[in-house]
Amino acid sequence: MTAPAGIRRAPEEATPRLLEVEAMTVAFGGVTAVDGLTFGVNEGEVLSVIGPNGAGKTSAFNCITGFYKPSGGQVRLGGVDITGKRPARIAAMGVARTFQNLRLFGELSVLDNVRAGMHVRIKQNAFDAILHTPRYHRSEQEATNEANRWLDFVGSRGNRYNEVRNLPYGEQRRVEIARALAREPRMLLLDEPAAGLNHNEKEQLLDLLRRISGLGTAVVLIEHDMGLVMQVSERIVVLNYGKEIADGTPTQIRSNPAVIEAYLGAGDDVEEEAEKIASLSDDQVFGRVEGDEA
Amino acid sequence: MSKDHPKETIVPDAADASGFVNAVDDRGDTKVALAGSGLAPGRATKVNPVSRLISHPLFGLVIVVLAVALPFINSSAYAIRISTDALIFVMLAVGLNIVVGYCGLLDLGYAAFFAIGAYTAGVLTTTFGWPVIATIPFVVVAAVIGGLLIGGPTLRLRSDYLAIVTLGFGEIVRITANNLDFTGGPNGVFGIPDFGDFGLRADIATYWIVAVVVALAVLASARLGRGRLGRAWRFVREDEDAAEAMGIHTYKVKFAAYVTGAIFGGLAGVLFAVHQTAISPPSFNFLYSALILMAVVLGGMGSTPGVVVGAIVIALLPELLRGAENWRYLVFGVLLIVVMIFRPQGIWPHRVGEKPARVRRKRVVEDEPEMIP
Repeated sequence: MTAPAGIRRAPEEATPRLLEVEAMTVAFGGVTAVDGLTFGVNEGEVLSVIGPNGAGKTSAFNCITGFYKPSGGQVRLGGVDITGKRPARIAAMGVARTFQNLRLFGELSVLDNVRAGMHVRIKQNAFDAILHTPRYHRSEQEATNEANRWLDFVGSRGNRYNEVRNLPYGEQRRVEIARALAREPRMLLLDEPAAGLNHNEKEQLLDLLRRISGLGTAVVLIEHDMGLVMQVSERIVVLNYGKEIADGTPTQIRSNPAVIEAYLGAGDDVEEEAEKIASLSDDQVFGRVEGDEA
Repeated sequence: MSKDHPKETIVPDAADASGFVNAVDDRGDTKVALAGSGLAPGRATKVNPVSRLISHPLFGLVIVVLAVALPFINSSAYAIRISTDALIFVMLAVGLNIVVGYCGLLDLGYAAFFAIGAYTAGVLTTTFGWPVIATIPFVVVAAVIGGLLIGGPTLRLRSDYLAIVTLGFGEIVRITANNLDFTGGPNGVFGIPDFGDFGLRADIATYWIVAVVVALAVLASARLGRGRLGRAWRFVREDEDAAEAMGIHTYKVKFAAYVTGAIFGGLAGVLFAVHQTAISPPSFNFLYSALILMAVVLGGMGSTPGVVVGAIVIALLPELLRGAENWRYLVFGVLLIVVMIFRPQGIWPHRVGEKPARVRRKRVVEDEPEMIP
């Protein structure tokens, strides 16, 4: 909680943010995965949450979306307290997410997977389905059309009547994003969307993220690919040991000593290293991180 | 409405779309609007003449006509009796298929709902002299209450626990019926009236009524499985967490599956009570629950035609094996094992490709040339 002054963004605190996480704590037995985390998401912004492995990023996501119950603190969506609510309730309030390891409905078709996202909006009951009423046909047709549009939007090109588990990995990632978008979320949480994608697919993801942001949806991104993070984010929150250690624009984060220490470890050369990183351009950072991972 | 050319169905229709989707359309790349029609070849979806025939819409109708025509083909009392039994078993199997096949909830005590239906109908008709038809609303209510009682506390758990609790519930219902006075104790209920003979031979009249009810039940379960609720069941079966993340209240959805299954079981119980005219606790033992489950698994979980075939096989095979005399249950068991080894997905598994809406069917047919290597 000791972010250097000047990096925190104070002005937004006045107007209610889309998402406010306040002193959230999650503990599993003796391990505190998230430790008094406080951060916010503004309407329509692209925010990245970064941090070393085990920093509590996914745990924080799971708390926000209701999959874990925080042992302390509060989560508010548009000013409404959603702490500890059922995931389905939170999703219905306009929070959609993807999972770190793909969680698609493997044996169902691509279209059915995307229809899951619009499930709560399909106006049809069991009797419509049994009697095949006009309302049934109309709602099914609308759902199919809309699912197709979302798949077009994410650029999915596979056979949409195929089982989704037979699609290539990158394609499955796209379908999962289409499914989350079909929820028409106010806030989209993406948990490592670039994991396992090749360079070309990452470029397409970057473009997709910008187009999603253009829809007015707030995008919160957990991501290890610094090139992607630096290019797409308007703001970055850095976690370490379950705490926020920095919050700022990509440029600010890049030169933040606490962040560099978290990633590279404390040592004599930290300051030197920090200067080196700070002096790099976007493309150099992109290339550098790519190279490190390869 | 769905007669449009398939490709037209994915062209954005601004009139009925939400503002959000319109925004997508405005921004979306129009070139990808037709992406879905390109379609990479699927995983070996074999389209041979047999599967083309059985996926034809008229195929189901032919089966129904054959079933209805059976008394004209063979009207022996034996044939009618085992056919009626088989049809009732089909209804049980499609009911359990909703719970196990669609929603993935392992229910090992499904015969309990069968018993609840049979006993409710039996007691109301013999004790109060009601006509069978009048008992049906009470059977539905009793089945729903049974479903709520057992589902309420257990559906919050994941499936292993549900299997154990339903197993216990099945036995509790049977033993309760065995010990209560108004259910006739071990003797059960006898002298249950039929629906009326309509001037026909009584067993044939019952057969036809059963055939119609079962046909409607099969149709209803198939259609339920394809609608919004049916999709929600499959989402829950595939991944509960992902379903929750999409705003689907998984507990309610599982409850709906469980209670729907209970209603199917209860109504099958009414048919059974009428057909047998006498019911007693041993008819509803664990073995029976296991046989219904076997019909679902053997036929292909989640596939309505598969489950119907599975039920008919399980119901009729022991009869067809009568020639093997004392060995027939051994042969029956071996045959089941052989089927499960060579076709673990079931005789007629659910195929993702075959889908109801006419538009979809057309599209699938269009793709066929590309799928054949």
